[in-house]
Amino acid sequence: MKMILFRKYYYGDLPDNQKGAQHSSPTEGTQEGAGTWPLWEVFIRSKQGLDHKHVGSLHAADAKMAIENARDVYTRRQEGVSIWVVESKSIHASNPDDAENFFEPANDKVYRHPTFYDLPDELKHM
Amino acid sequence: MHNPEEIFQKKVDKEIRIEPKDWMPEQYRKTLIRQISQHAHSEIVGMLPEGNWITKAPSLRRKATLIAKVQDEAGHGLYLYSAAETLGISRDEMIHQLHVGKAKYSSIFNYPTPTWADMGAIGWLVDGAAIMNQVPLCRASYGPYSRAMIRICKEESFHQRQGFEILLTLSKGSAAQRDMCQDAINRWWWPSVMMFGPNDDASPNTAQSMKWKIKRFTNDELRQRFIDICAEQVKILGMTLPDPLLKWNEERGHYDFGPIDWDEFWNVVNGNGPCNKERLEARVSAHEEGAWVREAALAYANKKSKQPATPGGGEEAMRSQTKAA
Repeated sequence: MKMILFRKYYYGDLPDNQKGAQHSSPTEGTQEGAGTWPLWEVFIRSKQGLDHKHVGSLHAADAKMAIENARDVYTRRQEGVSIWVVESKSIHASNPDDAENFFEPANDKVYRHPTFYDLPDELKHM
Repeated sequence: MHNPEEIFQKKVDKEIRIEPKDWMPEQYRKTLIRQISQHAHSEIVGMLPEGNWITKAPSLRRKATLIAKVQDEAGHGLYLYSAAETLGISRDEMIHQLHVGKAKYSSIFNYPTPTWADMGAIGWLVDGAAIMNQVPLCRASYGPYSRAMIRICKEESFHQRQGFEILLTLSKGSAAQRDMCQDAINRWWWPSVMMFGPNDDASPNTAQSMKWKIKRFTNDELRQRFIDICAEQVKILGMTLPDPLLKWNEERGHYDFGPIDWDEFWNVVNGNGPCNKERLEARVSAHEEGAWVREAALAYANKKSKQPATPGGGEEAMRSQTKAA
């Protein structure tokens, strides 16, 4: 049986052809394209002591505008104390089609978990 | 090796979220693009009927909350556009489709807002119906959509409460204010009931969307739930819903309600509502008149990027604490 696999190589969450200032619509032709503000991925630290976490994306002409827009779009209710923005085209990601093989080496190494070791209950503080 | 569609459906059945780069049926992708972009457009166009009252709000408190609500709607539109973009459609393309009338937005925003009470009725009924639709979408099978909806739902409840508060205040006011309150409810009730879309037997895509777990409940299920809740809430306002056939049905455990005027619904969907033309014109002119700002910002950014970087800026900035250590 012949099978067709769709394989789309996207970086981060975005299709490759859509990340920079220059792109064309993957669905059909449109009148715009070049001259569009690039796309940025937004990461927010919700409070001191926590990691920055990806919250979404937005368009902006430059990093300063991306940070200001991210404040208005993603932190209207004190959701953050710090913002990172990264141009989407700079994000590289693993391929989900390869996920099974890619993460396979960890599957059979249960001895990396503390519960793997069989020790008597009397043993304390370990 | 199984076929990719089976693998996909198995993941969906097991409530494993589908993420942007995962394989998905083309029809799933198209359905989501249509639904999410339509939702985004609704948020953006939805700013217009309320924007009308910002400068005329009766007090500073009302003005501040209305601005906050309209700003939230802009934010909700942006969350959703960004979710739709992960499916491979560009922002430009979506906006283009809206402006040429190819993409729809919720018909409810094609009704006018002649009185202040409309701000209350929109918050209570329109946002109420939207919440009813949106809460189950927080569990939609597509990850970015579900995450956007979770964020939206968190913010939406303030919208409904501020609307109800406006109506509650009017309902305790003068005879003229009470009339205004009832009049707004009368005008917004049926369009809100129609927001859930056609009856189930006239909604052929529902079954597929439910199988893909984009939708969790049918249009009629959500509509019934909305009517049951509003029929009780309206009593607190001391007002009535404009449906002589609205009646509690003990046996069903639900309110029965009168027939919906689907001719009106389709008429507005097809562009002949009271404000379709005005809304679209407002969107198109905002986009066109803002073009020079977008171009200028881009030109400035390009010029800046050619100049040497300022010390302490750029990517070093976020790591500066390691240098200090």
